[in-house]
Amino acid sequence: MADSLILAIILPGLVAAFLAPYLQKAAPKFSGAILTLFPLAIFTVSCFFLPSIANHEPISYSVNWFPDMGINFDFFLDGLSLTFVLLISGVGTLIVLYAWGYLYGHPKLGNFLCYLLLFMTAMLGLVIADNLILLFIFWELTSISSYLLIGFNHEQERSRYASLQALLTTGSGGLAMMAGFILLSQAGGSFLLTDLSALAGTLQAHPAYNVFLILILLGAFTKSAQFPFYYWLPNAMEAPTPVSAYLHSATMVKAGVYLLARMNPMLGGTMQWQYILMIAGGITMLLGAIIAVRHTDLKKVLAYTTISSLGILVFLIGMGTPFAMMAAMGFLVTHSLYKGTLFMVTGTIDHETGTREISKLGGLYKYMPLLGLAAIFAGLSNAGIPPFFGFIGKELIYEASLRFENDLGGFIPTVTVLTNMLIVATALIAVYKPFAGKYTGTPKQPHEGPFSLWFGPLVLGTIGLVFGVFPQFASTYLVGPAVSSIKGAPTTVKLELWHGLNLALFLSVITLGTGILVYAFRNSYSKVFTYNAFFRKIDPENLYQLALSGMLNFARFQTKIFQSGYLRNYIIWVLVMLAFLVFLALFNFGIEDFIVTLSFEDIYFYEVVLCLVVLLAAFVAITSRSVLAAIAALGIVGYGISLLFIIYGATDLAMTQLSVETLTVILFVLVIYKLPKLSYISSKMLRVRDRAIAILTGLIATFLILFTISKPMEPQVSEYFAANSYILAKGRNIVNVILVDFRALDTMGEIVVLAVASIGVYTLLKLRLSKTGKK
Amino acid sequence: MISLILSTATKYLLPILIMFALFMLIRGHYEPGGGFVGGLAAAAAFALYTISNGVEKARDLFPARPSKLTLTGLVIALGSGLVSLFTNETFFKGEWLNFDFPVVGPLGTPLMFDIGVFLVVIGVTMNIVFTLAEE
Repeated sequence: MADSLILAIILPGLVAAFLAPYLQKAAPKFSGAILTLFPLAIFTVSCFFLPSIANHEPISYSVNWFPDMGINFDFFLDGLSLTFVLLISGVGTLIVLYAWGYLYGHPKLGNFLCYLLLFMTAMLGLVIADNLILLFIFWELTSISSYLLIGFNHEQERSRYASLQALLTTGSGGLAMMAGFILLSQAGGSFLLTDLSALAGTLQAHPAYNVFLILILLGAFTKSAQFPFYYWLPNAMEAPTPVSAYLHSATMVKAGVYLLARMNPMLGGTMQWQYILMIAGGITMLLGAIIAVRHTDLKKVLAYTTISSLGILVFLIGMGTPFAMMAAMGFLVTHSLYKGTLFMVTGTIDHETGTREISKLGGLYKYMPLLGLAAIFAGLSNAGIPPFFGFIGKELIYEASLRFENDLGGFIPTVTVLTNMLIVATALIAVYKPFAGKYTGTPKQPHEGPFSLWFGPLVLGTIGLVFGVFPQFASTYLVGPAVSSIKGAPTTVKLELWHGLNLALFLSVITLGTGILVYAFRNSYSKVFTYNAFFRKIDPENLYQLALSGMLNFARFQTKIFQSGYLRNYIIWVLVMLAFLVFLALFNFGIEDFIVTLSFEDIYFYEVVLCLVVLLAAFVAITSRSVLAAIAALGIVGYGISLLFIIYGATDLAMTQLSVETLTVILFVLVIYKLPKLSYISSKMLRVRDRAIAILTGLIATFLILFTISKPMEPQVSEYFAANSYILAKGRNIVNVILVDFRALDTMGEIVVLAVASIGVYTLLKLRLSKTGKK
Repeated sequence: MISLILSTATKYLLPILIMFALFMLIRGHYEPGGGFVGGLAAAAAFALYTISNGVEKARDLFPARPSKLTLTGLVIALGSGLVSLFTNETFFKGEWLNFDFPVVGPLGTPLMFDIGVFLVVIGVTMNIVFTLAEE
């Protein structure tokens, strides 16, 4: 019973997503409130799992799908999964409510809520999937549903550009990841994460280790916006703010972090793992923070701090010490809480004042006190000030980097302090600047938003305070079990607000002081870190555009060659490729034992006559100046060959050939009888080329036939069909039995192709007719 | 290009050809024939009628719109593959009724599939013939 309850984590989301558009139409006043119940139900059910998971008793559930291939609906809930499930469903509950209030009255609100819930389901499935293939499917589902969300305002070109960019980047990373998964499962002999996590030794000693490591990391890095793939995330700010809040706090971008944590027991701990993660994560966290302070659009500021935070998480997971893992999971929870709050606050500010440009914002606290309170909670947590949970998170990061043994001395703590210093400055930009100081006038007169717009942020912000004051709950039920899953062994985690006067505390004080200084001098800071032409050239965004336009140009180039629109060119390509491939195949099979003995003894007179007729007709077909005569001659070639089929006993083939030949002539006549006589065929050069191609193709075909008859036939297949066609398929005509029974699926495909082709012919002709204005 | 001799002859030829096409369709499982050839023969008959009597008359005579016929054929063929799912067998496993019918012999999903192919071939060919002839 407990195991099938896992279904309660993904099914309600699916149901709600399906219901959303209809509900929106039927009851626009209550739809948000009703839909909020679904994620809330998921959250509540998940809470029941807390005690057993805290006791290190993971739960699994499985339904067969492709059991022969080892691909099933395998779900699995352990500490790491549960922490994510609670974040996704908990934040999801507040986001659905918030989104409903934010887009209230929008004509496509129903669709929006549908995408949002679908996205939530995909994320939930991703974190509880035990099967690699299932995980990949949910992974791609998050990419697709976020594509719909980011591109929600699809009338705007920027939106379309941003959503496509996100999809291409995370999607191609996902494909690399799938290749990595397949290699990984080959190396470990299973698709199950639970099986693989016990095989660290085998996997890391495998010769392909580096290959699948890099492929899987590509998936994680593109999704989690690590350097150099971070460019899509700020652009994704084109999405309505609820999406940003959800994407950045609990979902999409954390999927990569989840994957890294999940893969840690299998792939982690090696030099490669440590170096790649720490370097990419380190660059990302510093770069994200540096860019964040430069920005003046509130959403952009938050977006770059998310990039920075993701960098910190990857950096910590790369570090790999138990303390670093504790720090990573603690910071993960902290970040989700305050980033979700700050994004929702930004959205509400934007909604109620009409702007999110920080230079225009100030003194909002007295107009919107409840929202301001939420913002202050989140800001203090973000800046890492006690007694907020963010303080614990930051202290853990400092402890982890101070305790990490390496040859670089104080380099790593310095980088983390620098990053956090800049993050303090961004917290001031995001909270102090808009709410404190003097009201400067905004496009709209600010006032407190409706319940749905301040409730969510206030709840999330308050949880950050509660977790800070009572860290035992978070450490026993969230961080502890998650760290145990990552380490692959039960680990006790004790989080404390006060841990004595030590170096980490001293660093915190420095961080705070310098952070305030950076904020105060942010204008001169922006001047130092301006983008010059050089940076713009090596900017990953620019590289992305270059790659995209390069790909389009290549597509255009090859379309021009292969899809020229002239039938003769298509035929030339087909024939040349065919000749080339057949030649290649013959060459590979070895032609040294190719002996042909031709004997002309058993040839009857009528066979010779038939062949001569066919040859003569072919000659007429290519020399005739009249199109009709050429077609008739081609028909004779076809009928002659049908007769040959009959002579050699292939009745079915002959019948089909005859009918096809008849219809071809009819169709040709219908097309061509209105055309004038051919006066000009083609230039001399082209004719030489065509002759060469014709001779080449003919020679290859002749050679192939001679080659085939020189080899003894492999009789197994034909013998099998002959022996079984009546027993298994109750038919005596083997050809027909193969077509309709043994290989019916092939035939099905063929008739579908036929149907599609006829649609093609129909549209082409109708299109031409309507263009010439006849109909 | 309508010739009296041809159009009169076609009037008698058409039913005979269609019957022949059906005959080929049904015998296909035991003797040379089958849905593809049968379909082609039927299509040739209708094409002949189109040439001798004009598109308008041919369209009136033709039982359905070619695209609908194609679709019906596809659905029938696909449906024959789905029958086996009800008996918990793999997709496109042949299923047979257990008694012989007069003339046709035992009935089973292969024949149903062949009928689908037959209809698709007629639909596709006539779609092209009609569109070309109308131009």
